[in-house]
Amino acid sequence: MADLTPRPGKQVSEPMPRPCKQVSGLLRLTTAGSVDDGKSTLVGRLLHDTQSILADQLAAVDRATRARGGSQLDLALFTDGLRAEREQGITIDVAYRYFATPTRKFILADCPGHVQYTRNTVTGASTAELAVVLVDARNGVVEQTRRHLAVMAFLRVPHVVLAVNKMDLVGFAEPTFRGIESQFTAAASALGMPEMVSVPISALHGDNVVTRSESTPWYHGPTLLEHLETVPIGREAVAEPMRFPVQLVLRPRTADYPDYRGLAGQVASGVLERGDEVVALPSGARSTVTGIDTPDGPVLQAAAGQSVTVLLGDEIDAGRGEVLARPEQTPRVVTELDADLCWLSEQPLRPGARVLIKHGTRTVGAIVAALTGRLDLDTLRHREPPAMLQLNEIGGAHIRLAGLLAVDSYASNRHTGGFLVIDTANGNTLAAGLVTAA
Amino acid sequence: MTATMASPAAVDVDHLAALESEAVHIIREVIAEFDRPVLLFSGGKDSAVLLHLARRAMHPAPLPVPLLHVDTGHNFPEVIAYRDQLVSDLGLRLHVAAVQDWIDDGRLTERPDGTRNPLQTVPLLDTIAEHRFDAVFGGARRDEDRARAKERIVSLRDAFGGWDPRRQRPELWNLYNGRHAVGEHARIFPLSNWTELDVWTYVARREVPVPSIYFAHEREVFARDGMWLTAGEWGGPRNGEQVVTKSVRYRTVGDASCTGAVESSAVTIDEVLAELATSRITERGATRADDRLSEAAMEDRKREGYF
Repeated sequence: MADLTPRPGKQVSEPMPRPCKQVSGLLRLTTAGSVDDGKSTLVGRLLHDTQSILADQLAAVDRATRARGGSQLDLALFTDGLRAEREQGITIDVAYRYFATPTRKFILADCPGHVQYTRNTVTGASTAELAVVLVDARNGVVEQTRRHLAVMAFLRVPHVVLAVNKMDLVGFAEPTFRGIESQFTAAASALGMPEMVSVPISALHGDNVVTRSESTPWYHGPTLLEHLETVPIGREAVAEPMRFPVQLVLRPRTADYPDYRGLAGQVASGVLERGDEVVALPSGARSTVTGIDTPDGPVLQAAAGQSVTVLLGDEIDAGRGEVLARPEQTPRVVTELDADLCWLSEQPLRPGARVLIKHGTRTVGAIVAALTGRLDLDTLRHREPPAMLQLNEIGGAHIRLAGLLAVDSYASNRHTGGFLVIDTANGNTLAAGLVTAA
Repeated sequence: MTATMASPAAVDVDHLAALESEAVHIIREVIAEFDRPVLLFSGGKDSAVLLHLARRAMHPAPLPVPLLHVDTGHNFPEVIAYRDQLVSDLGLRLHVAAVQDWIDDGRLTERPDGTRNPLQTVPLLDTIAEHRFDAVFGGARRDEDRARAKERIVSLRDAFGGWDPRRQRPELWNLYNGRHAVGEHARIFPLSNWTELDVWTYVARREVPVPSIYFAHEREVFARDGMWLTAGEWGGPRNGEQVVTKSVRYRTVGDASCTGAVESSAVTIDEVLAELATSRITERGATRADDRLSEAAMEDRKREGYF
């Protein structure tokens, strides 16, 4: 397994990377729920009640609602974008929605609830810092809920919110809500997820989504939107060890910049500071950060998420595919690794398959040497290895690499522990890979 | 080693800074991995911001990507003047695919309604094929339309330029898979997660130059389909349509024959931002006749290879 013991940090005289005091102004979130849990209605409600839907969109949905013989505005029609979706009344693909309040901007990955579309949930969850899991108050926690919860745990979405929907259909009864809350909390803690917030809502009527409901006087927590506006995010990535995958080397060779050589990239995690000793991996070359450049001028440091250009003291061979890290907190340079693969392709994975692995800014050939287990989404434990891995299944695999990769375990770093598995023949994305041990 | 304290600006987590960093990351990935990228440049605000971000991504190196303007021939002169000035100031390379050329030699036929927006697809695809462009940057945003809401950031097009929403690759983390067969290409949308308001806020923050028609000016216009269209040699006014002079501005820049203006007195960016904050109509709803054709107008055009 991955080594999770804390490694010695920098000398005492130096400050640790500060926890980010500011609350991030951008929250990426995703929704998950079974079919008919009212997910599209909830998303429509959030957009509508934050005034993110404008008059012409409202009028179009109103026309479409009437055309389908409805009378009450069908909020789900805001989000079903494709012709086939509207015709069949289902959501096929991840749709991205945008809304904002004076405190935050929200990017919502709206994922379909059908079991066969697990790949969309994985896609939405991979970038989400928060997941809203919907449960129908009449049905309680069902197998689908456990699966969605497991996907969120598997992809380490830092924050999960339980939204118990359709409370109006159970008379806003507190015991019903509390019962589902404790079922859900039990399922979540079995998966090792931290404590979470639960909100009783009616997406259809708007209770506790944006405005506080008068029908739930027994509920004293935040409305869903209040929680989304205040949940602290972005701290995890800044607190992790510094990782800077090099995207490309900028060498202008112009009259103004004849000898400039900068490493362009986005800080994946941690904080990069001028003066840092760094090592480029997998090559192993060491150097010092002599400058951090932006088009607006040099800065002293850059935190997770920032795109900058790094200047090094020595002309070391650190091009695309290298990762800069501090020598005392390095990723592991490996030629083989163990990983969980979430299989996203119709064509099953068989041991011995030759694939490409895209990790950070490096792509290497690889062989899936063995399947080591199948992940039981109810327990997040591995069962006996399957003969092959089918669409939407998650399995452990041992992978041999044709080149070196500098990896972290996904458990220790969400940003440098994930990779794509790509078909060598047609270039399609076959799987989401999460490094378990390297 | 001396400890350096954080200046507040260094840990800038404001949402626009996050969007900017995301776009720069996308642009750098594509420039690093593709052989022949090109940037679609209409002269509109989104392509102006896209170009600005692409230049930032490569700074201080020059932008190694040419621009491509698919020219309907129904242009606002102010936009063409802006385009030519910008290209000359920045020393960029510009390809122009003129719809008129395709009409002249019979590869395209003028539509009965005179609108040329849908006619842009063929010149676009022909030019991509001719120059073997394998990555085509566009300024489309997911908030513009519900078919666009389902678009990937790196979105594969088949050899016919078509978009098949059911065959899209899952897009995980910030790892973009642009692998494609010979003859196929990818459309790249670095502004996917931006809204109209984000674009304008960014224009103000970075002082990105945009054409003058985005600001209020006196113009001879006539009313059609609830929009103010500019009086000109194409499309109007027709019988019964009264030409009046109004203070208007444009919220989008497209084919002049079907892009409407809105009444406005906003002559500065701050005034434009204030106007947007209270606007109750989307930019496409306010200004694009071609999107009113059906519930799935954009989806249908995208499937055929449109922007």
